[in-house]
Amino acid sequence: MSGKKRKLNPREQKLRREFLRSVVLTSGLVGTSLLGFIPLVKGEQRRLRPPGALAEQAFLAACIKCGQCVQVCPVQAIGLADIDDGFGIGAPFIGARAQACDFSCDGLQCVLACPTGALTHEINYSHETRMGFARLDRPAACFAIRGEGFKGQARGADFDGKLRYDDIDRWNPLYVRDNPYDLEICDLCVRHCPIEIRIGQCEAGKPPSGDQNQCPPRHAIKLEAFETVDGKAHMRPLVLDGCVGCGVCEMICPVEGDSAIVVDSRKTAETV
Amino acid sequence: MNRIGESFLQLLGKTPKKPTVEEILPAAQEIHYYKKVNKVITREVIMKLHAVPHKNTWRNRRWLTLLVVNLLFVVSYYLDIQLLEGALTASRFMGFHMADLNSALQVMLAFKEVLINLVIGTTTVLIMWLLLGGRTFCSWVCPYHLVAEWAEKLHLKLVEKKIIKRVTFHRGMRTVLYVTFALLAVVTGYTVFETISPTGIISRALIYGPGIALVWVGFLLLFEIFVSRRAWCRYACPIGITYGIVGLVSPLRVTYNIQDCAHEGDCRKACLVPHVLDVTIKGRSRDVNMAIGADCTRCGLCVDLCPTDSLNFEYRFTGTGK
Repeated sequence: MSGKKRKLNPREQKLRREFLRSVVLTSGLVGTSLLGFIPLVKGEQRRLRPPGALAEQAFLAACIKCGQCVQVCPVQAIGLADIDDGFGIGAPFIGARAQACDFSCDGLQCVLACPTGALTHEINYSHETRMGFARLDRPAACFAIRGEGFKGQARGADFDGKLRYDDIDRWNPLYVRDNPYDLEICDLCVRHCPIEIRIGQCEAGKPPSGDQNQCPPRHAIKLEAFETVDGKAHMRPLVLDGCVGCGVCEMICPVEGDSAIVVDSRKTAETV
Repeated sequence: MNRIGESFLQLLGKTPKKPTVEEILPAAQEIHYYKKVNKVITREVIMKLHAVPHKNTWRNRRWLTLLVVNLLFVVSYYLDIQLLEGALTASRFMGFHMADLNSALQVMLAFKEVLINLVIGTTTVLIMWLLLGGRTFCSWVCPYHLVAEWAEKLHLKLVEKKIIKRVTFHRGMRTVLYVTFALLAVVTGYTVFETISPTGIISRALIYGPGIALVWVGFLLLFEIFVSRRAWCRYACPIGITYGIVGLVSPLRVTYNIQDCAHEGDCRKACLVPHVLDVTIKGRSRDVNMAIGADCTRCGLCVDLCPTDSLNFEYRFTGTGK
């Protein structure tokens, strides 16, 4: 190194400053983009993903953030994440309490719509999905456990959620608010479980399109009677290994506030 | 250096150099010499050329196309007519797969598996932009380009009123960012660039509703208004390089004819990527007709502006010029 620094001429100085500015801006942009890591490592909100979603890391890698799954969903269960999801920006998720996936499309339309295989094309039927696993989160709030019935609109008059009511309309999902209930003992989580509904159809010899492959091999949820001192009939929802985590039980649960039964995303019968 | 090689290096950030006398073909030399000796271009000539206001034909066609394409996504979803499903990152046009080349590339690098649907979508879009000019995507489709054009008008007003100074960056930084984002996708396994891509953010906001990601887009626009003209498209966006590479060999391009050019530089002042118009500087053109480089977004602003019709769109599969 020569001790004497040659003085830069104005043009060289200008270029030097431009170069330094460019280094700063480049680092700034890369740094900003890497902030997208933060929501992932914090990982508080593990999103419920649409049917067929690959493992979270592979899912976010494969998802091209186009929302074609959003557009085909007949009950509009799918939303796209915002920038506060970091690298998960634009990736689809399901907010089950507001609108769960009830498989009303029968053919897993979101999976078929996915151009990259982030929703794997290896599954064809609702019972093959593994979105999560239901868990009784607030047993004390559960009407069935308390031995209570339910009368009225399951989620109130302002609820926008839709479900398929097969015996009323086979093709179009209906508003939950337009279909009030009058139940001796609340069984909504079992009554509306898409896996249980499908099993019922199969037992009646009427699987969709007469396709026996549509029939789930295992039950997902049932009510189990138990006795208490008051002599009333009490029932406890029991999640079974056929549960796929679609979230319908979480959506339809008529208790005030948070659902008594919730879906833990990414958990499956095999991992619980 | 052949035309495509030079065009590629300029895309990556090389500053075009003034050609030596030997590099200029005799026919072009003759015109350069003629203009110089006979003092063809005088102040009066330029004043007269500019007495007529310029057209906005290409700009209007382009804005209309950009709006129609983006609104087609929106309308298709709202009316549920399945005409153009998805967003700019990936879509289906009447059921046929389309995938943005840069988004598809990021997914392939991060995911390291390619589904046949994505191959179909990517190939379709590749062929489409190969025929249509590559960076044509930027100025004719990208919604950020449009809002950035409006921000640019504000920026130029502020510069004109001497409220702010021009700040430039080295164009090579876009190449550095391109490589960095590609490596980040491979190494982290996430599509890191998508997090900050204003193209994807705006496209999804239009179709699926606005979100806080638009704050980032707003920040980019403020930077372009108050700090550096068209900074994102000029110095940062990797999508520009991806489509620029496609444009290297595209038959659709702008060409320059030296004959009547007054070299007054209106085209360079309006251009998003003025280095591609370096050939329009007095004495720089090596040939009578020159194809404008791959970094050109085929926006047509220069074609509209040129008072001598020296810049025109051309569709040719080989060589340059008429």
